[in-house]
Amino acid sequence: MSLKIKALTKSIWVFHLAASPCNNCDIEILDLLTPRYDVERFGIQLVGSVRHADAILVTGSMNRKARQRLKRVIAQAAKPCFVIAIGNCSCSMEMFANSYNQMECLDNVSEVHAYIAGCPPKPEAMIQGVVALIQAQLAALKK
Amino acid sequence: MTPNRTQIIPIGPYHPLQEEPEFFKLHVEGEKVVKLDIEIGYNHRGIEKLAEGLTYDQVPFLVERVCGICSTSHPFACVNAIEDVGGFDIPERAKYIRTFVGELERIHSHLLWLGLAGHFLGYNTVWMWAWKYREPVLDCFELLTGNRNHYAMFKPGGVRRDFEDEDLPTAMRILDGLERPLLMFAKIAMADPVLQARLKNVGVLTYEDCVELGALGPTSRASGVPWDVRRDHPYAAYDLVEWDVVTTENGDVFDKVVVRVLEMLESVKICKQCLEKLREVRDGIDANYKEIPPGEGIGHHEAPRGEVFHYVRSDGSNRPIRYKIRAPSFMNVPTNNRAVVGYTVSDATITLAAIDPCYCCTERTIVVDADSGKQLMGWKELLRLSQEKTRKLMEKYKSRMDRVWI
Ligand code: SF4
Repeated sequence: MSLKIKALTKSIWVFHLAASPCNNCDIEILDLLTPRYDVERFGIQLVGSVRHADAILVTGSMNRKARQRLKRVIAQAAKPCFVIAIGNCSCSMEMFANSYNQMECLDNVSEVHAYIAGCPPKPEAMIQGVVALIQAQLAALKK
Repeated sequence: MTPNRTQIIPIGPYHPLQEEPEFFKLHVEGEKVVKLDIEIGYNHRGIEKLAEGLTYDQVPFLVERVCGICSTSHPFACVNAIEDVGGFDIPERAKYIRTFVGELERIHSHLLWLGLAGHFLGYNTVWMWAWKYREPVLDCFELLTGNRNHYAMFKPGGVRRDFEDEDLPTAMRILDGLERPLLMFAKIAMADPVLQARLKNVGVLTYEDCVELGALGPTSRASGVPWDVRRDHPYAAYDLVEWDVVTTENGDVFDKVVVRVLEMLESVKICKQCLEKLREVRDGIDANYKEIPPGEGIGHHEAPRGEVFHYVRSDGSNRPIRYKIRAPSFMNVPTNNRAVVGYTVSDATITLAAIDPCYCCTERTIVVDADSGKQLMGWKELLRLSQEKTRKLMEKYKSRMDRVWI
């Protein structure tokens, strides 16, 4: 397990999962891949299937319909797999907390390894969040 | 032709094609698409209902979060609707600022779509290029409004922040710098053999289809329907600046690219005129209306994807008692049924994306019995659900009740 986590910290493949977001966090994630930020330099790549992913980026708060599907998709990922909550919506449901169609925060559905707050978080914040996650994992391994 | 020759290809709800979750069922015979089912609802957040719990000053923040890509369109239509209730007028400077923000957003949204369209075609060069030139636009937003997206500039009666004089030359420089890449895109779109081969005569939507289905925005303008609410029903400063409505004739995906590229050039033109005017016009940015009288109001805005329509009803208190949103994708998504059917599966992805759908905006909820077609859940049930949720929240946050607004 620890070897795997060590390998994970080298080149992270991410899968993007949208659970009723407003789209903005999602386009900021895509922004990371384009020339200005270009995270592929660091080996971070967006993949098309959750089965290839080392980290799942979840945006948006969850509604009734998305919740079951979300659970299934996260369960399908090969473990160990990090779940990163991006944006205020998935961290705390923001202003949708009182909606009739909203279920609960991401924490209640799956374990979350990193929270990146902001509406939407700037691409720099996302990079910093992932770096912090990697450092925390490496520090835990050393112990 | 026996029915079992038809096969079903499911796309979604979580797929790499688009950012939001939605579900398409393509019924295919061999390579050809014969039927299309669209299922949405993964994004429904009950925004209309939430808006009734907020004050008029808070509603623009909420509707801004309907959709992040065109995050000014909804507040724009929202403030138009609220001002329509009382027949308010706003200062001229605020009008120019609103128009500027709205048009700059059109550039960023169309560039975003152009990039994604390239990505769907497997032509990632276009994606990287388009998004590279989109960054300066976001810089301009950050400079003038303080955030890359979700600018929160609009409030009933004016705008929230003024533009600083010393920032205007930088903004002008960014706009000047945009013209060259946009012209390059126009040339690429016209001449590139890959784009020609993939997009010409694909996903054709005729004039009649557009009129019948009520398609809006670039989707209809690419088929020669010259509808543009900025011209037909002017608001903000659109009647004070010079610009043209762009239309093309063929209605295929290629023409939709052309319309969007040319529209961006028009937007640059409008933005520049606004910046020029902002140097001279200085009559404040906020009319400071305190009371919204009882009554009804409607507001439009020509969003990058088409006309956004908002309706608000007031009873004289500080909150709307009914709020209604109709986003352009709601009208445009059904055109997929005409545009995709009859073409091959490989064309389906780009055709589905050609209307620049925004499912975040389109989401609404209706629960029907599939056999009888009877509506099971109406306004009353939704109200009950909403009250139940409130009760649950109240129990959960009892200790924090004084801080949570319900
Ligand atoms: S956190 Fe903000 S930007 Fe992100 S999905 Fe939620 S509302 Fe949109």
